[in-house]
Amino acid sequence: MGARRKLGLLTVAIALLAGDASAARIGELTETGVWDQMVRFFSLRDPALRAVLLGSGLLGISCGLLGSFIVVRKMSLMGDALSHAVLPGVALGFLWNLTKDPLAIFVGATLAGLLGTLTVHAITHTTRLKEDTALGLVLASFFAVGICLVKMIERLPTGAKSGIDKFLFGQAAALNSQDLQLMTVVTLLAVVLISVFYKELLVCSFDPGFARAAGLPTRMLHHGLMLLLAFAVVIALQAVGVVLVSAMLITPAAAAYLLTDRMHRMLFLAATFGVAAGILGAFMSFLGNNLPTGPFMVLAASMVFAGAFLFGPRHGTLARWWRQRSRSRRVERENTLKALFHVLEGRGFVGEGITLQELASRRHETLEESRERLHALCRNGLATFDEPGEAIYLTPEGWQRARAIVRNHRLWELYLTNQVNFAADHVHDEAEEIEHVLGEEVVRQLERGLDYATRDPHGKVIPSTADIMHDDGGGPRPPKDLVGYGKTT
Amino acid sequence: MTPLPKSQIEPEIVPFKAPNPSVPGASCPLEIHDLTVAYHQKPVLWGIDLQVPPGRLVGIIGPNGAGKSTLIKAVMGLLPLSSGWVKIFGQPYQKQLRRVGYVPQRESVDWDFPVNVMDVVLMGRFGHLGLFRRPSKADREIARECLEKVRMLPYANRQIANLSGGQQQRVFLARALAQESDLYLMDEPFAGVDAATEAAIVEIMHELKERGKTLLVVHHDLPTARNYFDMLLLLNMRLVAFGPTEEVFEYELLQKTYGGRLTILSEVADAVRQKTS
Repeated sequence: MGARRKLGLLTVAIALLAGDASAARIGELTETGVWDQMVRFFSLRDPALRAVLLGSGLLGISCGLLGSFIVVRKMSLMGDALSHAVLPGVALGFLWNLTKDPLAIFVGATLAGLLGTLTVHAITHTTRLKEDTALGLVLASFFAVGICLVKMIERLPTGAKSGIDKFLFGQAAALNSQDLQLMTVVTLLAVVLISVFYKELLVCSFDPGFARAAGLPTRMLHHGLMLLLAFAVVIALQAVGVVLVSAMLITPAAAAYLLTDRMHRMLFLAATFGVAAGILGAFMSFLGNNLPTGPFMVLAASMVFAGAFLFGPRHGTLARWWRQRSRSRRVERENTLKALFHVLEGRGFVGEGITLQELASRRHETLEESRERLHALCRNGLATFDEPGEAIYLTPEGWQRARAIVRNHRLWELYLTNQVNFAADHVHDEAEEIEHVLGEEVVRQLERGLDYATRDPHGKVIPSTADIMHDDGGGPRPPKDLVGYGKTT
Repeated sequence: MTPLPKSQIEPEIVPFKAPNPSVPGASCPLEIHDLTVAYHQKPVLWGIDLQVPPGRLVGIIGPNGAGKSTLIKAVMGLLPLSSGWVKIFGQPYQKQLRRVGYVPQRESVDWDFPVNVMDVVLMGRFGHLGLFRRPSKADREIARECLEKVRMLPYANRQIANLSGGQQQRVFLARALAQESDLYLMDEPFAGVDAATEAAIVEIMHELKERGKTLLVVHHDLPTARNYFDMLLLLNMRLVAFGPTEEVFEYELLQKTYGGRLTILSEVADAVRQKTS
């Protein structure tokens, strides 16, 4: 259903945007300010700009969709090789009748691309060479042939103004209505085929062995995907250029891959990023007075990727850094709580609040360091500090957490000595690490497995989970006056 | 190709005989005749003959490189056969696709792939759906039941990368259960899993057997093989023995499977390759 609606929208968009695409050139600028140009670009007044917008969007969709599949299939290099391998085909398509005939170029480029992939296949299956080497070989040699042909064409009498050089770095402004028709057909084909065969493509990409065993035509699907990939590359050539077209395949898909864990969302995101990058790139090229579009599109896509890489909520670098930071801070707080518990335990849970001096000597650190740790506890509502009285009081929550961490430590020590036969003097360092990561479920299992033991290997009391949760049973408790009810710093 | 000494090719003991030879092939879940499989002209399985009776739990054991996975893949037509044929319930594999469930090795896929547990289990239904049709509510219900059986239902919406090795293996098992087949082929389902998962898998295998399914399970741990399976298939490039566990699990046959004969066969295999390539 969803796919059908998307298709409808797409058709409407194309009907709106298409129209006569060959009128004014982008270069003939009348506005001067960036704002005016933006208005002109996005107002769709100018038919030539409409063509650029539509073309960039279409190539963004097809590249995003196909790119997603090559990224999850770990075939990114194949996209690169394919895009370079098409250049000789472009040149030959041009030589066919010495004009820039989109259809001839499309056919030539597709055939060259397929010949390239077949060569890779032949090299890997008949020699000892692995695929990366075969891809490198094909990429370079086909591209070299292509460059030679392009230079030859440029020397022809009609060659100089042929525009064949535009295929290297792309020129979205050069898109004509025939190019657009081809792009529309290919993009529609990609959208339709991928939605129809979505489940087959999914299982073939994830687990090809299982897919074949289940009787799916994996080989046909693979070849179909490769053919679509070749099409997507070829329609993007005019706007993005041979050199960078693989980046339009990989970059939006890679950004999408970092942002989601479901394939259908990845396809949708990649297509969206592709469209955004295509249009943004075309716009930047337009601002720069018809600079090559390819580099700008790829730049825009790379910015999207950088955004996903840095700011992605789950796999992003910033999120990861933040998680690590908050974890190490938690560990630090827990260690301070544990030290406070040990001080209290050392004096049999009697006496007034803990002094900073006691905490510092327990942790073997300076007063300043201890003061900082204490402030971290206070900020998190785990302790209060009575400044004039120089006394630290644990809040109820702090007291609960302190006992939980000590319990984890001692349970783990006991487990290691009792059940894993560690020597009692070997277990402390292990437990120092483990105490911070034990989950509630594991703690319960440990308690059960250890028969609710009350003493650790060194003879110290293990606070039990039941006591900590309800705080009504026996076990060590701080005297009421030690718990900082109502006290503030 | 130099003719091999006969004793090297033919299994010396094949204690198992089909219980009732008059039953037509359709009741035999798996029949293999003179199967030879080669990788790059180097034979890895030689002249395998085999008839698996229905409703059995069969362990395939043998040393590394014995061709255990190859045998399973060859049965499903994932590898070209150099000679011989395979029949599933009396017909070629391609006609019996829906009656065969498959659990591949866990390492054979990329667990960072953007799918969740439910997506993977639903893949087990694709063979029944055919082209164009999407999984229906009923398919989802089946997938949920299979997840429940392997006690992974609470993880249905988890991304597969966030599972432990044992949990990943259970997901693969649930996917095979969702295939609702009669013959199950499992490639090292116990490799690298925790004890709880191992117990759960054994339990499910027995349950499948009780329901009349036939299971062929590649296994690499000899001590447990004895307890887990009713029948054992000892494999080392050729069929060393196939029969009820208590008959086959004995020193001399195991010695033959894991012992010194391997070197001769693999040397000949190398020689064959050098001659033909």
